[in-house]
Amino acid sequence: MAKSTRSTKFRKVNVDDFDENRFRDDEQTDDAVTGPDEAEVNQYLLQKKNTDALHAVLRNPPVGSKNQATKDKAYALVLRVLSSFKASEVENAVKQLDKETVDILMKYLYKGFLTPTEKSSAILLTWHEKAVSSGGLGSIVRVLTDRKSV
Amino acid sequence: MPEKHTFGVHPITCHSFNADRSQVAIAPNNNEVHIYKKVGGKWEKDQVLSEHSQRVTSVDWAPESNRIVTCGTDRNAYVWVLQGSEWKPTLVILRINRAATCVRWSPKEDKFAVASGARLISVCYFNQENDWWESKHIKKPIRSTVTSLDWHANNVLLAAGSTDFKARVFSAYIKEIDPKPEATAWGKKMTFGNMMYEGGNGGWVHGVSFSESGNKLAWVSHNSAVHVVNAEQDKTVAEIKTEYLPFLACSWISETNLVVVGHDCNPLLFTNDGQENIAFVKKLDGASGAGKQSETKSAMNMFKDMDKRGTTDTSGTKQDTVHQNAITEISIYAGTKGKAIKYCTSGVDGNLVIWTV
Repeated sequence: MAKSTRSTKFRKVNVDDFDENRFRDDEQTDDAVTGPDEAEVNQYLLQKKNTDALHAVLRNPPVGSKNQATKDKAYALVLRVLSSFKASEVENAVKQLDKETVDILMKYLYKGFLTPTEKSSAILLTWHEKAVSSGGLGSIVRVLTDRKSV
Repeated sequence: MPEKHTFGVHPITCHSFNADRSQVAIAPNNNEVHIYKKVGGKWEKDQVLSEHSQRVTSVDWAPESNRIVTCGTDRNAYVWVLQGSEWKPTLVILRINRAATCVRWSPKEDKFAVASGARLISVCYFNQENDWWESKHIKKPIRSTVTSLDWHANNVLLAAGSTDFKARVFSAYIKEIDPKPEATAWGKKMTFGNMMYEGGNGGWVHGVSFSESGNKLAWVSHNSAVHVVNAEQDKTVAEIKTEYLPFLACSWISETNLVVVGHDCNPLLFTNDGQENIAFVKKLDGASGAGKQSETKSAMNMFKDMDKRGTTDTSGTKQDTVHQNAITEISIYAGTKGKAIKYCTSGVDGNLVIWTV
């Protein structure tokens, strides 16, 4: 009979990493896409041009980036812009976004749902309701199925 | 008016009609295949084919040669031949170590392709000398389960959708039985297993469909998108991301019109003019007072519901579409893919519905 070894080193090894048949995503780190232009967005916010700020902040989402800091910064900026809208203005703002942008907005909203704060939840839910009436259930499905998250 | 036929409470995993549409083979989500005969407008169960040991995932009935091929999660496929009035099975050795997901006869019915979770497609042809079915594998560069198949009209090219987010066109040329194929818009080199095209960028591909000419390939994926690639137009992909729930199957009903079905329980019509645009046309299950029964919504009932169930929603649980649950398969019932007159859908609600175009 084999003597049982006291070594438990194997428990620290993630066997799935060594599976040669494992599906690996196409690893393209898109570090060039650094997220929305902070300066531009800030300018729009100061000028009270909320809709322009919205369009600017939803451009260039850092989807390919592996840099967590970039993503956090982008999300924080998006949340600031979303909070600057009054509840009654949200619907009009969403109506002006095209399909692709609504999908990007959805991605940010769900990212926000992951780490809710006291103030953010209500804002995110208001935006979510309007975004769904524009993009439909399909936009939510695309957030769930897209391998690259914002 | 769509004709609805109910086949019990179990989901219909897949269905296939015979040549004159007098019989249909149905897999009711278990290891059996039920053959129904049409008797005076109603479907009556004729035979039960039970050779599979696990769930049957796909059935295909060859119209000319009148043979049925079935495959299942038990990693086997059987070819059924009618002897007298009984169906006799022949086992086909697929050499796969995972479930088979989809099986389709080729247009000439001399071979069939089986998609599997073993990340490969098994193309089977009959070897006359040894009197049995042999299989050849298409493996590269498939990286995950193959979910759906469709043959090109030339009997050689095969479209496959997979959960590695790609739809591909392969050559399934078997030199033992196929004459040398002519070049098509997809390419010239057609050695067995040669990938002629690969596309797709998000979501599992659930259904693929060649147009009748074979120059266009449509596929639907889990990110609620419909794609069409036109081989004659430099293989440009037209894509539309929809606001509906994901689609599970699609079929061309003319050279420009595509019907997609899926989790929305409602067939949808899209049109593609061969260029880069796909446009949504309409929901094909539009009117439907057919599904919803007119419940007299008296005030009394409303308060009763509020009291008993705590809800003010008086619409009940019935869907207002003909199908009450997701539609999983669509087939052409009358006509061809180039000019369909009727098509048929089957779904998780156990219903088979025949629609007029």
